[in-house]
Order: sequence, then C-alpha cells, then structure tokens
Amino acid sequence: MKGPDVSWYLTLSAFLFAIGVLGVLLRRNPLIVLLSLEIMLNSANLALIGFARHLGDTSGQVFALAVMAVAASEVVVGLGLIVALNRNRIALDVDRLNTLRG
Amino acid sequence: MGDVLVWAVWVIAAIGCLGSGIAVISFSNPFFAALALIGNLASLAVLYLLLSAEFVTAAQVLVYAGAVMVMFLFVIAYVGSRADASFGGGPSWQAIAAVVAAGAIVVNIVIAIGVTTGGRLEDEADVGPSFGGPAEVGEVFLTNHLLAFEITSIVLLVAAVGGVILGSERTRKRP
Repeated sequence: MKGPDVSWYLTLSAFLFAIGVLGVLLRRNPLIVLLSLEIMLNSANLALIGFARHLGDTSGQVFALAVMAVAASEVVVGLGLIVALNRNRIALDVDRLNTLRG
Repeated sequence: MGDVLVWAVWVIAAIGCLGSGIAVISFSNPFFAALALIGNLASLAVLYLLLSAEFVTAAQVLVYAGAVMVMFLFVIAYVGSRADASFGGGPSWQAIAAVVAAGAIVVNIVIAIGVTTGGRLEDEADVGPSFGGPAEVGEVFLTNHLLAFEITSIVLLVAAVGGVILGSERTRKRP
C-alpha cells in the first residue's frame, strides 16, 4: 500500500461538494453563495485529478484546467452582478431578488 | 516510512480542506469567508501535489488563490458593510431540506464508491516523472483537446465582455 488511493480522494470530494451544496442552499448572501459554488467546482476538480492519477491519463488534469477557466468566468459575471446590485441600492439578499419569479 | 508521511500530509490537508470549507459557509462576514476559501484552495493544492498534478497545482495557486480571490476580496471591500448578512433565512423546513439534500449526496457517492466499485479502485496506474508537468499537460491540451482549448478562450471572452457590460455605468439608468 502506498498512500491513499483514489477512493479516499473521491470521498473527500463528496464531502466538499456537500459543504458547497449546504452553503448555496442555506446562505442568503450572494457573495457567500458564490464562494460555495467555488467549493463545489473545486470538489469536482479534486475528483477529476484523482481519476487522472488513478488511470495515468493527463486528460483529467486538462479538464480540471478548463473547469478553472469556467470558474473564473463565473466569478467575473457573478461579481459583476453583485457590483450592479450594490450600485442600484438593491439589498444583497438572494431571497429578495424575486422580480423574475414566475 | 514514506507511506506514513504521505498519509500524514493527506490527513492534514483533508482536515484543512473540510475545516476551511465549513468555515466558508459559517462565517457571517464574507471577508473572513473569502479568507477561509483561500485556505481551502491551498489545502486542495497540497492534495493536487500528492496526486502528482504539478502544473494544476501551480495554476490553482496562481489563478484561484491569487487572481480570483483578490477579485473577490476587492468586491467585498467595495460593497463594504452592506455585504454582511444573517446566516439563515426562510422557513426552517428549507434548512432541514438543505441538510437532507447534502447528506443524501454524500451517502449516494460514498455508497457508489464503496459498493459498486468494490476494491477495483485500489491499484493505480504507474506514471512517469513527467506526468502532470507543464510539457505533458500542454501537449495533451493542444493536440487531443484543442477544441476544448478554443471553446475555453471563447467562454473567457464572453465573460470578460459580460463583466464590462455589467460593471459599466449604463446600468444606472434603470429607475
């Protein structure tokens, strides 16, 4: 046996993803919701890189890099929304952003 | 001896990862939550190093813990004290349902790992010393996954344009 195998990394990634889900569902502050989204994306990255090491295939790491770029884009748009909310004096509370509710 | 060291580093990084993750979702001040997320990303970088993904580790520290988190902290400082928000909100059945959903995800994945794979995940592949280095990652990225590379650039361009439009002064015109 040489160090933790991939199932340990996958279990850790599952717990991290659950923490992110809890943050998105429990918190009302859009900044914290964005931070929780980052945790979820990173847990997916951990699983991808764990499988890349397990299978000896670099493609998983390439996909993790693509996920990083997508996460950076998501942060740009999300923070742009928060700055626009702040400029229009709208409360930073996702429960009160219900204008588009059907 | 080396195995014990790897396990020790793994356990420390995993505890740091989970602890800082819980800290991110439990601080009421988003500034401290963002600082905790930097700790989370640093622990993940250690785990990536254990998985011999050196280039992804460097990108994680530079792009995530560096650029993205600096942008986060800048916006939190710009928004100021209006960013503080209470923890919960909504009816209590929402919180209970959130905990149940998160627990169900963990149970689902752990059972999938433990039962359906049944020990087949134990023997990992042998990799050379160049595995995960910039040369190998770059070669795979620019040959087998060239389309993903180009689409990533388009996604980044669209996000940059969207960020400029959202941040421009024209959004003030609304009543």
